[in-house]
Amino acid sequence: MTAHDPSLARPNTPVTTYRYDEFDAAFVRERVAEFREQVRRRLEGSLTEEEFRPFRLMNGLYLQLHAYMLRVAIPYGTLTARQMRRLADIADKYDRGYGHFTTRQNLQYNWPKLIDTPDILEALAEVEMHAIQTSGNCIRNVTADHFSGVAPDEIEDPRATAEFLRQWSSAHPEFSFLPRKFKIAVTGAEHDRAAIMVHDVGLRIVKNAAGEVGYQVVIGGGLGRTPFVGKVLRDYVPRADLLAYLEAVMRVYNRFGRRDNKYKARIKILVHEKGIEEVRAAVEAEFAAMDRSAFSYDPAEFERIAGFFTPPPYEALPAESAKLRAERVTHPAFGNFAEVNAAPHRVPGYAIVTVSLKPIGGIPGDATSQQMRVLAEASERFGFGELRISHEQNVILPHVKQDDLFDLWKLLDGAGLATANAGLVSDIISCPGLDYCALATARSIPIAQAISKRFSDLSRQRRIGKLGIKISGCINACGHHHVGAIGILGLEKKGQESYQITLGGDPTFSASIGEILGPGVTAEQVPDVIEHIVDFYLAERQEGETFIETWRRIGHARFKDVLRREGEDGADI
Amino acid sequence: MTALKHPQILLASDLADGEVVFLGAESWERDHRRARVARDKEEAAALEGFGKAEIAKNRVVDVYLADVDVGADGVPTPLHYREKMRLKGPSVRPDLGKQAKGGA
Ligand code: HEM
Ligand code: SF4
Repeated sequence: MTAHDPSLARPNTPVTTYRYDEFDAAFVRERVAEFREQVRRRLEGSLTEEEFRPFRLMNGLYLQLHAYMLRVAIPYGTLTARQMRRLADIADKYDRGYGHFTTRQNLQYNWPKLIDTPDILEALAEVEMHAIQTSGNCIRNVTADHFSGVAPDEIEDPRATAEFLRQWSSAHPEFSFLPRKFKIAVTGAEHDRAAIMVHDVGLRIVKNAAGEVGYQVVIGGGLGRTPFVGKVLRDYVPRADLLAYLEAVMRVYNRFGRRDNKYKARIKILVHEKGIEEVRAAVEAEFAAMDRSAFSYDPAEFERIAGFFTPPPYEALPAESAKLRAERVTHPAFGNFAEVNAAPHRVPGYAIVTVSLKPIGGIPGDATSQQMRVLAEASERFGFGELRISHEQNVILPHVKQDDLFDLWKLLDGAGLATANAGLVSDIISCPGLDYCALATARSIPIAQAISKRFSDLSRQRRIGKLGIKISGCINACGHHHVGAIGILGLEKKGQESYQITLGGDPTFSASIGEILGPGVTAEQVPDVIEHIVDFYLAERQEGETFIETWRRIGHARFKDVLRREGEDGADI
Repeated sequence: MTALKHPQILLASDLADGEVVFLGAESWERDHRRARVARDKEEAAALEGFGKAEIAKNRVVDVYLADVDVGADGVPTPLHYREKMRLKGPSVRPDLGKQAKGGA
């Protein structure tokens, strides 16, 4: 019997999640004990801040504007009900009763005390969670499509690959001190929900001509100060070569990545300065020359990991639920929720539900401990105890029976979690900005709140259709503003908060970086400007076109012109 | 005595809990109204020197001077919106941070 014996499934543990073995558990426990000792020595005075900082960052602990901040990893966004409850308990016991879900499938606590963090990490370790590699110049939390395993357009569940990579990259001695942080995202579907084109390495699961599953490897994407869309390094890497190939990529980056200048240290700069051909030649040369046996792929190990992500015991159901059809009509508010927040599932009779953490006027990504508990309960009652965190800062229930949608909705509605705006203009991604973040140049949350209130009418939102607004409080671009159909970047101009607006960003396979609309505007002007842009789009769009399609068809200049004319009318933008 | 463009106060974060603190007459204060104000470069340098010593004693981290405006009541208010925010708490959560305790 091993720890991976499925018969050892614990209470509340869904069937589709990775479980630690004794080595994983011991490793995490040791790290917590080590950090407890480091904190003790820091508080007692035998470690200076310079000595201590790298240790705290290795454990995901930052110092922010008002307090410390602890970043907890949610590997590839998958979370169990039990883990969600534990996150809620920690929020109550050690923080201020809430947590913030981020664009990198992490959870951030905004108010922990240094003195309590070892206890928090211990509480996390008990439910197989940690904050390792959520900071520092290492391979960060590996992210994945939040519809993994349930999306109808999927070739293969990307989480097995993501977990495989997590095990390879965790505490990897050679890659713990890279030139800069390193972010990997994986998708296994035809539609990219993991933004793989704007990661240091993006992996897309593909099939070759022989029908074998392998990976398209994209490198050099990223946002921040210098945004780039990634480039295809190789169209097909067989699974057997994946680790060795990535090892070669990392080695080339580790050797040639610029350590002289923090702003030029990401792999995207290497790819940009040397060109993809030269980087490819270096990677292929390394790959050919290296001793690959050390990274030899063990199919049994991959299969073992993949075994954790097998489908839950679905029932055989008709493709469409008659109950749902009737309830949609009798309860229009529920009908809207079912239409907007439920997505098609690969299994007949089921749906994927997006629980929006963007109530009108709310703080994007924040959930109270009470809401976390309701989410845990919802997943247990209606979804095999499994939850996902999306890079859009929402929570996903991946396996809900259509028959149960109405009861789920009632439960969520009672907790303020039933806003029917998934993917619409008020489903805004926003980084914490100057309300919390020590690096921010302006606030971002109040901008999101103001736009959300301006577009509070959900039927108007549905008429507008899918439209991603993304906001960052500084050039680091944690809010992904470069890839927002409408992006907003907070800056400082002459001692005032100022907002630069971009249009035409796209985080999917057709990725593009948004183009600047014009000079920065004040916080008060932002909702007006967004409204003008949206109205112009509505006037110009052709049947069935999304915002980005209209923008691409008619061109950026037309959008700019409108605002210039508005400016002449006295709108001063 | 070398003039400062603006009076200044010294801010830091408390080591154990991370809360924003201000150097007062004798020690660290959690309420900015009790912050000591430097009116010339020598006074500012003295505040900074004290701050450095406090870092060495592992009481605070992230010490720096901020320009302020001193009201008729003698209360210093930072000039920059970043520090204005630090002495209250998140502008989007009036129930959190110093503002929640009636501090500012
Ligand atoms: C303590 C708060 C934070 C700090 C100190 C921080 C730091 C940074 C820095 C320095 C960068 C720029 C990296 C570069 O050079 O390209 C960055 C980018 C980024 N951060 Fe954060 N961040 C914070 C919070 C967050 C949050 C809340 C999120 C998610 C909502 C996040 C996710 C990201 C993402 C996705 C990027 C873009 C990276 C890229 O693609 O190049 N970070 N962050
Ligand atoms: S984009 Fe800037 S302000 Fe926003 S969280 Fe990242 S570092 Fe902070």
